[in-house]
Amino acid sequence: MIITVAGAQKDVAEGLTVAALIEQEKVDTPQYVTVSVNEEFIDSDKFDSHILQEGDDVEFLYFMGGGR
Amino acid sequence: MKILIKQSDFDKICRHALSELPNEACGLIAGIDREDGVREIKKTYLLRNVDQTNEHFTIDPREQLASIKDMRAEGLTPLGNWHSHPETPSRPSEEDKRLANDPRATYLILSLEDRGNPTLNAFHVEGPQDNKLVRKEELIIINE
Repeated sequence: MIITVAGAQKDVAEGLTVAALIEQEKVDTPQYVTVSVNEEFIDSDKFDSHILQEGDDVEFLYFMGGGR
Repeated sequence: MKILIKQSDFDKICRHALSELPNEACGLIAGIDREDGVREIKKTYLLRNVDQTNEHFTIDPREQLASIKDMRAEGLTPLGNWHSHPETPSRPSEEDKRLANDPRATYLILSLEDRGNPTLNAFHVEGPQDNKLVRKEELIIINE
């Protein structure tokens, strides 16, 4: 099935979870990544159970913060 | 790595950061990674600091996502973020280092310590939490 990952179309296996996609894409420092699917944020404790669907639009975001 | 930012973008973030005082201000940067290894900032985003303090910043994740979508629509690459230090120098604080977890990002820090002479520097941060390595990058402000 075709999904969009970080702006690029990818052909991925049916039944792929968010966690499996993170691994497949070799995302840097995955423990700090926030994931949105179709502009909805996915709780990190759902990464293993959230199954991606045909046409999904996935973005990987890093928390952006700091202090003086 | 050499990083280019337009004078107009530098002026834009300075104006915004000054207008947000006494709080820290923040945003994102987008552009292109050129084949010659130079990172060119083409667009800056002024985003909301949800912390609303002079000691911390957190970029609103929904605004972050909307900005990323805008970058993609314009054919730009997300390059990192910028934030201001209202009273301290332009260098990553311990908290900045701890929360810098994207090894591909450029982190711009604008010091307003000298209000009339804002200082902007660029940094690369990577490594494990107990041994974050910070490298100052060459930042060049260019006139279009």
